[in-house]
Amino acid sequence: MEILFALSIAVMTAAGVFLTLRARTFPVVLGLSLLAYAVNLFLFAMGRLQVGLPSVINPVQGGYSDPLPQALVLTAIVIAFGMTAFLIVLALKAKAELGNDHVDGLHQAQDEMADPNPSPRASSKAKREIQS
Amino acid sequence: MMHLPFLPLILPLLAGILILLLKPFGLAAQRWISFVSVLVLLGLNLWLLNFSLEVNPQIYALGNWQAPFGIVLVLDQLSAFMLVITALLASAALWFALRQNTDRLGAHFHVLFQIQLFGINGAFLTGDLFNLFVFFEVLLLASYGLLLHGGGRLKTRAGLHYVAINLIGSTLFLFAVGALYGILGTLNMADLAVRIAQLPASEQGVVAAAGLMLFVVFAIKAALFPVYLWLPNAYSQTTAAVAALFAIMTKVGIYAILRVHGLLFGEQAGALAGIHLDWLLWLSLISMLMAALGVVAAKALRQQIAYLVLASVATLMAAIAINSPNALAAGLFYLIHSTFIAAGLFLLAQWITQGRGATADHFISAPAMPKAILIGSVFVFAALAISGMPPLSGFMGKFLILQAALLHPQAAWIFSAILVSSLLIIIALARSGSLLFYNVQPAESRASEPQPLAGANAVLLLLASGLLLVIFAQPIFDLTELIANQLYQPQLYLRTVLEFAPLANPYKELVP
Repeated sequence: MEILFALSIAVMTAAGVFLTLRARTFPVVLGLSLLAYAVNLFLFAMGRLQVGLPSVINPVQGGYSDPLPQALVLTAIVIAFGMTAFLIVLALKAKAELGNDHVDGLHQAQDEMADPNPSPRASSKAKREIQS
Repeated sequence: MMHLPFLPLILPLLAGILILLLKPFGLAAQRWISFVSVLVLLGLNLWLLNFSLEVNPQIYALGNWQAPFGIVLVLDQLSAFMLVITALLASAALWFALRQNTDRLGAHFHVLFQIQLFGINGAFLTGDLFNLFVFFEVLLLASYGLLLHGGGRLKTRAGLHYVAINLIGSTLFLFAVGALYGILGTLNMADLAVRIAQLPASEQGVVAAAGLMLFVVFAIKAALFPVYLWLPNAYSQTTAAVAALFAIMTKVGIYAILRVHGLLFGEQAGALAGIHLDWLLWLSLISMLMAALGVVAAKALRQQIAYLVLASVATLMAAIAINSPNALAAGLFYLIHSTFIAAGLFLLAQWITQGRGATADHFISAPAMPKAILIGSVFVFAALAISGMPPLSGFMGKFLILQAALLHPQAAWIFSAILVSSLLIIIALARSGSLLFYNVQPAESRASEPQPLAGANAVLLLLASGLLLVIFAQPIFDLTELIANQLYQPQLYLRTVLEFAPLANPYKELVP
């Protein structure tokens, strides 16, 4: 069980890191969610893996599983849930306002050019990027 | 007396909820509650600082649970000091936001502002590592809202980067917390410190890795060298009042390093003592130079100020990395200066942006702004202060830090980094000042109608610190020295937390 558990944390972390480094917002959101899943499993495992034990001390049974990591995971899940929801809305807003879903917004907006009269070459390049 | 450390938490939280409920009654009611709450918070925090100077650290056990089992809040001199700075900064930023009508740009400004204060105060007060994570998330979520307040594509783009990097930071934080709990079986900072001191050599590797992971997390918050690129964009695109309030956000990262690493990896930690110090020193020196280059290369004033924030944070980090009570006292003195002056500059940049119309704060020649002489003189004052020229507070702060660095083995590097970056900053600020105020086009077409400089009280309050810190340098330095000395006696903190006995409760019975 330990190996399976460790492998699933490792795979999710690796996939999460890979996706987070992508250039479009949707894979980044997915990557951050995968990282959150991985860290939840990791926190869970930090109370040591045990099967069939109660989390509240029960005199009938021989031991108990550590309840604290479960509380931590619960908190972490709620926070990650809220953050992911926020990030998705923000990514949608960015897509609507910047015209594409690139994390850097690709083309420059009119109001961020230091030069008030942009050269025609730059603007035609931006247009082509919008069309493609 | 007993419930004191809890008040700075509950006050902004309740105010935030109340403001949310008062939405149907219009903005005026929300403004009143918000401002009164911040003023009460300021008075309360000043009183707490005064109180904490006379006593040992105070503990507040939430739910009356004993220390390693329940979450505790700890009020010591450092946290009280940070609380006072936060409240002062918040009252200035809120006043500016009210006068500039920043809160009309979107919904729920005051709610977010109060929750932001709740998160910051919580991060300063908590004595539990996981609780620190929770308060980080609270202050981050509020800061996302404040950063995006007012809308606009540039804010959205900067906000996307800010949110993404902070989510990565949160994930790393959880990994580090999990690893520490897995090895040490506790999350209370004082208890962690005690257990790290008794750690067998075979398990030191994991704890060191977790400690350095925590360092990365706090470095993201404090914007240290490899992970600082989110800051200039985020701070330069948001509204002035929010940028001013965010001047404390980087200091939350610094406080966390001081508190967590100072306690966990302090002198008593055996083989793990000071694992973060070398990283801190060299990264802060590198980021100081990178920030100075950023100040030189900036194309707009607000971007330049954001890089100035970075430079001052790096100077502060170098002072902490010197690791002596003297250097820490100098660093805390510099912290007051850098927070207030940087915030004041952000507010000043708002006036300049408004005065220059379409050219905004870009470094290009434009028609002269109205009241250029007044704004220009204030700019010169602030620039002198932040670049560290005598006779203002930046000079005092940097001088004290350099004096404390004299005995450090790497003194030559610290000196050259601080002096070279200061020189670059002076050159860049002189250039931007002359571009903004002297290199003007003939005023045939006024860029904008003259309008009153709204929120002057806030700018005055923040920039006055440049002068007050010099006039009252001795008492203020005495205060920071006291705080630094208490921080270098961690056994006081440990004893307070670990020897705390819960109050007897006659109504609580253990179930047989």
